[in-house]
Amino acid sequence: MIQVDNVQKRFAQQEVLRGVSFEVKQGSITTLIGRSGAGKSLLLRHLIGLDQPDSGRIMIDGTDIVGMRTSELNGIRRRLGVLFQDGALFDSMSVRDNVAFPLREHTTLSEREILDEAAQKLELVGLLSHGSKYPSELSGGMRKRVGLARALALGPDLVFFDEPTSGLDPITRGAIYRLIETTHVDGEITYFLVSHDITGVMAISDEVIMLHQGRIVAQGTPEGFRTNPDPVVQQFLLGSPDGPIAID
Amino acid sequence: MRSDNFLQSSITGILETTQDWLAQFGGILMFLGSFIYWTSKPPYRIREIFRQMDFVGVQSGMLIVMTGAFTGMVSALQGYNGMSRYGAGSLVGATTALALARELGPVLTGLMVVGRVGSAMTAELGSMRITQQIDAISSMAVAPIQYLVSPRIIATTLTLPFLSVVFGFSGMVGAYIISTEYLHIDAGAFMSGIRDYMTPNDVTQGLIKAFVFGLILSLVACFKGYNASGGSRGVGVATTQSVVLSSVLILFSDYVMTTIMF
Repeated sequence: MIQVDNVQKRFAQQEVLRGVSFEVKQGSITTLIGRSGAGKSLLLRHLIGLDQPDSGRIMIDGTDIVGMRTSELNGIRRRLGVLFQDGALFDSMSVRDNVAFPLREHTTLSEREILDEAAQKLELVGLLSHGSKYPSELSGGMRKRVGLARALALGPDLVFFDEPTSGLDPITRGAIYRLIETTHVDGEITYFLVSHDITGVMAISDEVIMLHQGRIVAQGTPEGFRTNPDPVVQQFLLGSPDGPIAID
Repeated sequence: MRSDNFLQSSITGILETTQDWLAQFGGILMFLGSFIYWTSKPPYRIREIFRQMDFVGVQSGMLIVMTGAFTGMVSALQGYNGMSRYGAGSLVGATTALALARELGPVLTGLMVVGRVGSAMTAELGSMRITQQIDAISSMAVAPIQYLVSPRIIATTLTLPFLSVVFGFSGMVGAYIISTEYLHIDAGAFMSGIRDYMTPNDVTQGLIKAFVFGLILSLVACFKGYNASGGSRGVGVATTQSVVLSSVLILFSDYVMTTIMF
């Protein structure tokens, strides 16, 4: 589904991505973990085509999106859904209109059908009764759920999640993970998460990838990750301040 | 030795500032190119253009009427003060009308709209940028320039000439009241001066200027907001820069157009 091949990115003197390569299987839930500032969100932006790498290839379903024209890229983006870190909801629109936005832009459905579809997605995330509210009236967890409803509106093949549980209390975090699991249909839809919440993602992911100092240092199943002897992986899993990962 | 260092740092400073300005100018031209490209492609967001026209035009109406009226009153008083020294006080209607149509109307309307609309556009787009709303639009396969920028620039560019006319009309009403009621100039003399000395070309020049000012201020406002970075402080900086740059460019382009159309 996704194939990242030797992607490099540098900002002035800082080399953020130093030849990142990995694959994401179709229909899986794959999570990219790493410390804050490791370049996870930057890598995610590359996968959506919001940023361009200095070198390397990013294949989505066999098509290299690096250097692609916006019009071509938009053809691929129509099959994607993205849940941004804070939801990135349009604050000038109601919750219902936020979810209806991609449907209005990319379908020929009637207004009634669009509103029905938006209501269905809001029901899926348990926010049907909040459709007329504005994003500023919602809690952080609710905004993320609306963001998920919007990301799923067009029935995408691939959904990206940027830190889906950051800044949330443990119970809301659990609810978000449950939503991710329940909305994921094995084999049909691929979820790619970026997170540093190791406990939560280990429970729901089929595969975990770790980014450290601009490189992929480990990739495997959550079980394989737990038994990985690499001291960098173990320090991250334990959340220990002592070890090869230096604290900035 | 110390003066050499001072000279060197001064030259470096000037070169860096020039480089920044050129980069900014180049960025604005490229942004204009993107605007033209995306505006020419469907879908044409007519509804959004009308929504922006309401924000730029209708909601600025009272501000423009008030500033126009006061400008007309002051112009009449100052014009009378100067011209009555040569015994031409009754020509105050004509000179105020000329000043409002050719210069004060478009320029002051432009500057007022920079303050009310340009700053709001920069702040809105800037906050959309830093909260990833613009990224979200891109990720949903919608061109943000086409969705956010094109309607704002089209609406402002088309609305500013109308606002300039409203400004001019309000100014003339203010000037008429002051001239006839306070300065006791004959109403007939006031009106005939306008009829005798004003030409359609004077109005056309003002409208062309207002059109260009609308394009400049909305282009700069959208460019600054669209490219804002650095959190809420960055949005504040972008808004300030947008207002300053738009105002300077309006006055500069006013000089250039006045020279050309003189």
